[in-house]
Amino acid sequence: MFEKIFNGDLPLKGTQVAGSWDSLYNFLVWLSVFFFLLVVGGMVIFAMKYRADRQGAKAKYITGSHLLEAVWIAVPTVLLLIIFAWGYNVYRTMTHAPADAYEVRVIGKQWLWTFLYENGRTTVNDLYVPMNRPVKLIMTSEDVLHSFFVPNFRVKQDVVPGMYTSVWFEPTMPGKHRIFCAEYCGTSHSGMIGQVIALEAAQWKAWSAGKEIGPVPQAGLELTAAEKAHSGAAGAVLTLAERGAKVFAAKGCAACHSIDGSARPGPTLKGVFGHEVEFGDGGRALVDENYLRESIERPQARVVKGFQPIMPTFQGLVSETELSALLAYIKSLK
Amino acid sequence: MHDYLTHTRGLRSWLTTLDHKRIGLMYLFTVLAFFLLGGVFALLIRLELFGPGRTIMDAATYNKIFTYHGAIMVFMVIIPAIPAAIGNFILPMMLGAKDVAFPRLNLASYYIFIAGALVASSALFLRGADTGWTFYTPYSIRTNTTATLVLAGAFIMGFSSILTGLNFIISIHKLRAPGLSWSRLPLFLWALYATSIIQVLATPVLAITLLLLVFERLFRIGIFDPAIGGDPVLFQHFFWFYSHPAVYIMILPAMGVISEVIPVFSRKPIFGYKAIAYSSFGIALVAFIVWGHHMFVSGQSELANFVFSLLTMFVAVPTGVKVFSWVATMYRGRIRFNAPMLYAFGFLQLFTIGGLTGVFLATLAINVHVTDTYFVVAHFHYVMVGGAIMALMAGLHYWFPKFWGRMYPEGPARVSFALLLAGFNLTFFPQFILGSQGMPRRYWDYLPEYTMLNRVSTAGSWFLAAGFVYAAVYLWRAMRAGEPAPANPWEANTLEWQTASPPPHDNFATAPVVTDWPYEYRDPLVPASASRSLP
Ligand code: HEC
Ligand SMILES: [Cu+2]
Ligand SMILES: [Cu+2]
Repeated sequence: MFEKIFNGDLPLKGTQVAGSWDSLYNFLVWLSVFFFLLVVGGMVIFAMKYRADRQGAKAKYITGSHLLEAVWIAVPTVLLLIIFAWGYNVYRTMTHAPADAYEVRVIGKQWLWTFLYENGRTTVNDLYVPMNRPVKLIMTSEDVLHSFFVPNFRVKQDVVPGMYTSVWFEPTMPGKHRIFCAEYCGTSHSGMIGQVIALEAAQWKAWSAGKEIGPVPQAGLELTAAEKAHSGAAGAVLTLAERGAKVFAAKGCAACHSIDGSARPGPTLKGVFGHEVEFGDGGRALVDENYLRESIERPQARVVKGFQPIMPTFQGLVSETELSALLAYIKSLK
Repeated sequence: MHDYLTHTRGLRSWLTTLDHKRIGLMYLFTVLAFFLLGGVFALLIRLELFGPGRTIMDAATYNKIFTYHGAIMVFMVIIPAIPAAIGNFILPMMLGAKDVAFPRLNLASYYIFIAGALVASSALFLRGADTGWTFYTPYSIRTNTTATLVLAGAFIMGFSSILTGLNFIISIHKLRAPGLSWSRLPLFLWALYATSIIQVLATPVLAITLLLLVFERLFRIGIFDPAIGGDPVLFQHFFWFYSHPAVYIMILPAMGVISEVIPVFSRKPIFGYKAIAYSSFGIALVAFIVWGHHMFVSGQSELANFVFSLLTMFVAVPTGVKVFSWVATMYRGRIRFNAPMLYAFGFLQLFTIGGLTGVFLATLAINVHVTDTYFVVAHFHYVMVGGAIMALMAGLHYWFPKFWGRMYPEGPARVSFALLLAGFNLTFFPQFILGSQGMPRRYWDYLPEYTMLNRVSTAGSWFLAAGFVYAAVYLWRAMRAGEPAPANPWEANTLEWQTASPPPHDNFATAPVVTDWPYEYRDPLVPASASRSLP
C-alpha cells in the first residue's frame, strides 16, 4: 500500500538510469516506512499502554540507557553511509556522459528553450534526439536561472547565465517526454515547457536530413486518433490556421501570449488583427500582416504600450511557411 | 498582589516595558498577526492551484503571493516565534532570573524587528516583490518589483535576531540561579543556547549578502550578475550559508519545547538527558557545513556535491537520537493527554516524516529528480510547519497558564488539534507524490494530470485554516475568562512553575535555589518542595 502511495505513479522510465533511480527510491520508501512505524507506532503503543487513567498507573524512574543510545547512533550511521554511497553511485552514472555522446546546445531564456544541433538545425521547445544513443546537452542561459528537468529521465540541471552546465541521458523509450523548467524564472516560469522527442533510428535519420517526419506520440502512448487525423499523415488536411496553432504552441508563444484575453507577460492576441495598437512611444499602427511579421521577427522595433521589450526575436527560428501559418492563426483569433 | 500583567497599566506601559515577559508577549502577538497574513497568502496559493490554468489570479500576482507567503512565514513568523516570543518569556524564568541580561537591548531588538518588518511589508503597497523568499540572482537583480525593500527589511530584522541571540547566550551564562549547574539546565535552554549561537554566527552572513544584493540592484556593482562579471551561484552559497542554519533556528527551539513537554506529561525523567543536550550542539555544528545540499543541481562541482551529501547524512544522527529518546521517555510512564502532549504527538508524527524525507533529499541521485519539485515543498513544510508550528502550539498550551494565570479549555483544544493534524497531512502528503511525479514548485499552472492531488491538498488547507481559527477563538476567550490557573498545574519541575501564575513583575518573590535536575519526576509524586526549593 505504501509503495502505491509513494511511487505507484512515478513517471515513466524513459532511460536505464530511471530504473536505477527507482530502485534506490523504493529502498528509501521502505526504510522510511519501517522507521516511521518504529517511531510513531512506538509512540501510539506507549501512549495507549501507559495511559495515566489505567488501573494502577505508576511511572517507572528511568533516566536512560547507554546501550540503547549506542544502538540508535550506530545503526542509523551505518544505514546512512550505505544510502549515501548508493546515492553517489547512481549520481555518477547520471552525470558522467559517455565520450561519444551526441551533443546538443541548449539556450534557456524567459520563457522558452532553444536547441542548436550539429547539423545547423534549430528548434524551439522541441528537442529531437535519437533513441538508444547517449545525448549530452551543453546548456546556458541568456537571462536568469532556469533548470532543465525531464521527469521521465530523472535528470535535472540548472541552466545558468554566464557559464555552461551539462546533462546527459540515453532515451530507451520512443515518443515525447516532457521538459519542465524547474528553477523559478519569473512570470511565465510554469509555461516554460518543452519536450524531448526521442526518435527511432529511421525517423531520426529522416529528421537529421531535414525531412518532415510524421507525428510522434507521447512516450508510452499510442498516437491518439486526433493526433493521427491532425498530422495530415492519415490523409486529413489541416487548415492553415490549425497548422499555425501548432506552431504557436511549439514555439513557446503561449508562455507569453494568451488567446482568451487574459493577462500574460505579453499582450493577448485575441482579436488583435485589424485593430489599432498603441506603442510605448505614443505611436499607433493598424495590426495587419506586415505588422505581425515585424512583431514576430523584430519585436523590439515597436513596443506595445504597457509592456516590456522582452519578446525574443524569432527571425530564423520560424520558416516562411510557419510564419504564414502563424499569421493565419492569429488572424483567426476573434 | 500585583502580577506582571497588572503591575502597570495602559498601552504606553507595554510599549516601553523592559519586562522580558511583556516583550515576549508583544513578540507573540506580532508574530501571530504575521502568521495570519502569511496564512491568508497560503490559502490564496492553494486556491489558485485548485485547478490548472487561471483560477483566481494571473501568474504575475501568483508569483508575488508565494513570495510574500514564504518571506513572511520564514522571517517574521518561524524564526522569531519560539526563540523571541516564548523564549523571551520563559528563558529568564527557567534560569530563576529577574530578567534577561540586557533588558533595554531586548526592547530595542523588538523595535528593530518591527522596523524591519514594516520596511519589508511596505513593498506590499508599492510594486510588491516576486523573487521568492530565496531571492535567487540574477532574477532578483532584474525584477522591476520593489524587492529592494523586502531585502532591506530582512536585513534589518537580522539585527534583531543577532541581538536576541547575544542576550540569551549571556543570560544563560550569567544569570543561572544558585545550584542551576550546566548539567541541570533544562533542555529547552540547551536548545535556545544552540539556537542563539546560530543566530549570532550565521545571521551576519545573510545580512552582508542581502546588502550586497541591494547594492547590486541600486549601483550595478557586479557581484552576482553575470552580465557585469558577477557570479549568480555565489549568491546561493552565501544565501544558504545562513538559510540552512536558519532551518535549525526554527526547529531547535521546537525540539526544546518537546523535550520539556514529554517528560512532564509522562511523569518520567527525560530519557538520555545528556545525549539530547549534546545533540542540539551536534545539529548546530553540522548546520554550518551542509549548506551545499540546496545546490546539488546548481552547477556546483561534483566534489562539493559528494562532500555536502555525506555531511548532510550526519544531520540525521543527532536528530534520530532526539526522536528515539522522546519515544523512549514515554516507555512505562504515566501519560496524560493534555493538549501540550497531544501537540507533542502531532509533532512526532509530522517531524518523523519530515526528517525521513530529508534523507531522500540528502541522497545525491534522489535529490536530482525531486529537488525544486513539490517533494521539497512537502518536506520543509513537514519540518517547519509540522515541526515548528506544532511545537509552537504545544508550547502555547503548555505555558498558557503561566502567561495568563488562566487555563485553556481541554475539549476545544482536542478538536483544533484533530483538525490541524488531519488538515496538515491532507495538505502536504499529496505534495510528496506530486513532487515524485515531477511537478515543479512555484508553478502557477500545471498539467491536467496533477489536478486530483492538488485538489486534495487545497481541501486540506481549509481544514488547517479551520483548526487555527478555532484555536485562536478559544485561546482568546480563555485568556480573558478562563478558569484561574494554579501556580503549577502540570506539576512540572522547571523554575518557571515554582512561582505564581501569572508571575509577579520580578518573577520570583524570593530568589530560587536549585537542588536537583529538572527531570526528577518520581511517581508517586515526591512533593516538589522536597526536591526543589520553593519561594
Ligand atoms: C518572452 C515572452 C514572449 C514570447 C515567448 C513571445 N512573445 Fe510576443 N510579445 C511579447 C511582449 C512582451 C510583447 C509586447 C511588447 C512588444 O511589442 O515587443 C509581444 C508582442 C507580440 C505581438 C504584437 C502584439 C500586439 O498587440 O501588437 C505579436 C503579434 C506577438 N508578440 C507574437 C508572438 C508570437 C507569434 C510568438 C511565438 C513565436 C511570441 N510572440 C512569443 C512577449 C513574448
Ligand atoms: Cu523557470
Ligand atoms: Cu538546508
